Amino acid sequence: MRVGVVTFPGTLDDRDAARAVRLAGGEPVALWHADADLHDVDAVVLPGGFSYGDYLRAGAIARFAPVMAPVVDAAKGGLPVLGICNGFQILTEAHLLPGSMIKNETRTFVCREQELTVENVDTAWTRGFTPGQRITIPLKNQDGQFVADEHTLDELEGEGRVVFRYEGHDPNGSRRRIAGISNEAGNVVGLMPHPEHAVEAGYGPDSAQGPRRGTDGLTLFTSVLQTMVG
Amino acid sequence: MGRVVVEVMPKPEILDPQGKAVAGALPRLGFGQFTSVRQGKRFELEVEGDVTPEVLEAAAQAAATVLSNPVIEDVVRVADIEADAAATVTSTGTLA
Repeated sequence: MRVGVVTFPGTLDDRDAARAVRLAGGEPVALWHADADLHDVDAVVLPGGFSYGDYLRAGAIARFAPVMAPVVDAAKGGLPVLGICNGFQILTEAHLLPGSMIKNETRTFVCREQELTVENVDTAWTRGFTPGQRITIPLKNQDGQFVADEHTLDELEGEGRVVFRYEGHDPNGSRRRIAGISNEAGNVVGLMPHPEHAVEAGYGPDSAQGPRRGTDGLTLFTSVLQTMVG
Repeated sequence: MGRVVVEVMPKPEILDPQGKAVAGALPRLGFGQFTSVRQGKRFELEVEGDVTPEVLEAAAQAAATVLSNPVIEDVVRVADIEADAAATVTSTGTLA
């Protein structure tokens, strides 16, 4: 199973995302922003970072990169696409997901181990979780406050498209504590926290198994491999 | 050479953390009379030749599709700034 990981100028977490794909049992395929070809991948990850320096708005310029045209087309055709942090911002700018992210309410960069609730396990990227499962993965962002109008928020809630919700503390002031959402079909998912940083014992968040042993993020990547097989 | 100005502001219902930070700093510098600050963006788009209605239309389209995100921002101005400046001079002249 080939999972493409896109690198834009200013992307930071492409290598971690590729490693997460490999640890999950998939084959990561590097995709370049200037190459309008998906090289026959079975899924795509838009990783975190600061593409194009976050100039204009986070994700606003990356949306127009050559690689995004086939990503948008394929996503509309059902290809699983995961946007993490800056990748989530790119998905909203590309209109594959509704809403937008503005600067954190705290006006500070937030970096912490964040507990989330997985509310929708019917998406391409979450079917390995159990409904209501609590997971802990790192969160690190400056523009992480999810906003949308009330109608859109009600629609997301009503259709079960809130995939991840911040548990307890809302770290960035996101509307209704939303940490991640999906499109109607469930093949496109975006979230602000970073599952790719919680895939390997020794390098993840603290967990019940011990310090830095949390691997809750790995399930997103095993889920998509399961989706592609199934 | 003509120049079009495009101004974009955060929507009124969207909290503006940058404006809030600036509003917090102003009283510390003695500017206590400003009760609220909202921070937007100004773009200056240059064209060869004059700013025609077509140029303004193209600028308005660019403003709506790239320069702003309608989920969080409003385009509050798309204008030929040279023409605006000329208009200001004329009105000042009239007043004088």
